[in-house]
Amino acid sequence: MTLFYLFGAVAVIASLLVISQRNPIYSVLLLIASFGALSGLYVMLEAPFVAVIQIIVYAGAIMVLFLFVVMLLNAPHEETEQDERLHAFRRQGSLRFGAVLAIALAAELTWALTRGTGETGAFQGEAVSSVQAIGKALFTDYAFPFEVTSVLILVAMVGAVVLAKRDA
Amino acid sequence: MTITPMLVAQIILTLFVFVMLLNSAAVMVYVERKVAALLQQRVGPYRVGPKGLLQPVADVIKLMFKEELRPKAADWFLFGLAPIISAACAFAAFAVVPFGADTTFFGLLKEPLRLQVADVNVAVLVIFAIASMSVYGIVLAGWSSNSKYSLLGGLRSSAQMISYELSYGLALAAVLLVGNTLSLRGIVNAQAGTWFGFLPRWFVFLQPVGFLIYFTAGVAETNRAPFDFPEAEQELVAGYHTEYSSMSFAMFFLAEYINMVTVSAVATNLFLGGWQGPFLPESLGWIWFLLKVAALLFFYVWMRWTLPRYRYDQLMKFGWKILLPIAVINLLVTAAAVLYFGA
Repeated sequence: MTLFYLFGAVAVIASLLVISQRNPIYSVLLLIASFGALSGLYVMLEAPFVAVIQIIVYAGAIMVLFLFVVMLLNAPHEETEQDERLHAFRRQGSLRFGAVLAIALAAELTWALTRGTGETGAFQGEAVSSVQAIGKALFTDYAFPFEVTSVLILVAMVGAVVLAKRDA
Repeated sequence: MTITPMLVAQIILTLFVFVMLLNSAAVMVYVERKVAALLQQRVGPYRVGPKGLLQPVADVIKLMFKEELRPKAADWFLFGLAPIISAACAFAAFAVVPFGADTTFFGLLKEPLRLQVADVNVAVLVIFAIASMSVYGIVLAGWSSNSKYSLLGGLRSSAQMISYELSYGLALAAVLLVGNTLSLRGIVNAQAGTWFGFLPRWFVFLQPVGFLIYFTAGVAETNRAPFDFPEAEQELVAGYHTEYSSMSFAMFFLAEYINMVTVSAVATNLFLGGWQGPFLPESLGWIWFLLKVAALLFFYVWMRWTLPRYRYDQLMKFGWKILLPIAVINLLVTAAAVLYFGA
């Protein structure tokens, strides 16, 4: 149980720190740390395959993409000097809007969590955690979403190449 | 947690693997310089110790006593973190590599101990995952040094690494089809025995193209020649580790050599039968393992000092337009063969 609390604490704290950093590169790195903690939680749930795939795909590929974009676009630090004098919620910008959204999210979460029936049985059904079982399920029960996802990725790649191409 | 002899043995094994990796980096420094010298028809280090064998010790002492520089404009946290990420990922990847059969150390232990730091049943994927993470060490080193050579070198190097990871993964996938398990120990055990009494059942004979793709992609992943444009002295000063000196540079250096050892060790396990060999009993299989890894490392060094370097656009073109299609076709042909011959 201590491991669960440790990984959970790392995931939550890293995620909170992501949105409070001024330097966007630190945000990206903290997000990677939170994915690492999630991967640890997956291992504790006896799903080593999902844990490793999380690292390979999410932390290892998607976040590299984010890091490149942040580095190359050279996003500046967040606020200008003038705004420092006003109180945080009276400045123009994302903090006001974000606060409104956060209140809405908190209200929805409270509503959702208090409406549960309280029954939490063990997960019924066989453990789909071995690689063989996942592969089988992916190609039989979930074959359609699988193929559609690959078409989606292909469309994204072609679109990126077309948009990035300079007119010769 | 009770302190059992097995636990003590495990801890000693872990420390042993760590120390041996460090030693292997030192040995590689010497081997590289000596082999380079012999290939270039000169003598190489011969002053420090008999036949220059203490040269790595001299190198380490020199690196430790150099001044540790840190550019003022550098982001000091990331600047310090980058070599740590590189070195840590290099060591971590070796944690799942088995290097011998189960052994009781000549009866000292009651049950056999696996010669592996962690026996994970998704070992192949773990190696791939840690290789993906080591990209961050390089890209952060390049960015946080705040100098144009470093940034260019870092970006080029990480782009190269993520491009060759694809072919690396596809070559691995073809081996997984043949070996039918994700655990490295299982793949080595599937290569036991011989055909016709003398030809060992290594996967290199079933997957020759796969072995070449894997090794080429491995060389590109570790940024070694002929794919070492990002750290080419002539073009980019020293690429992403331009601004580093003393022990930080030593960490990058160390990470590169240990990555080489890991790629060779995994290639040995996947394609060359791991620790299996003809004349020795199974408990001494690690000797065969060492010999095979040494042969691959020698090949690495040989390639570096023989082949000219790829220019960066040639390198990327090779990775995407030549190696990746070959890897995909290899996977398709392997899948067809497994289906037809019924594994």
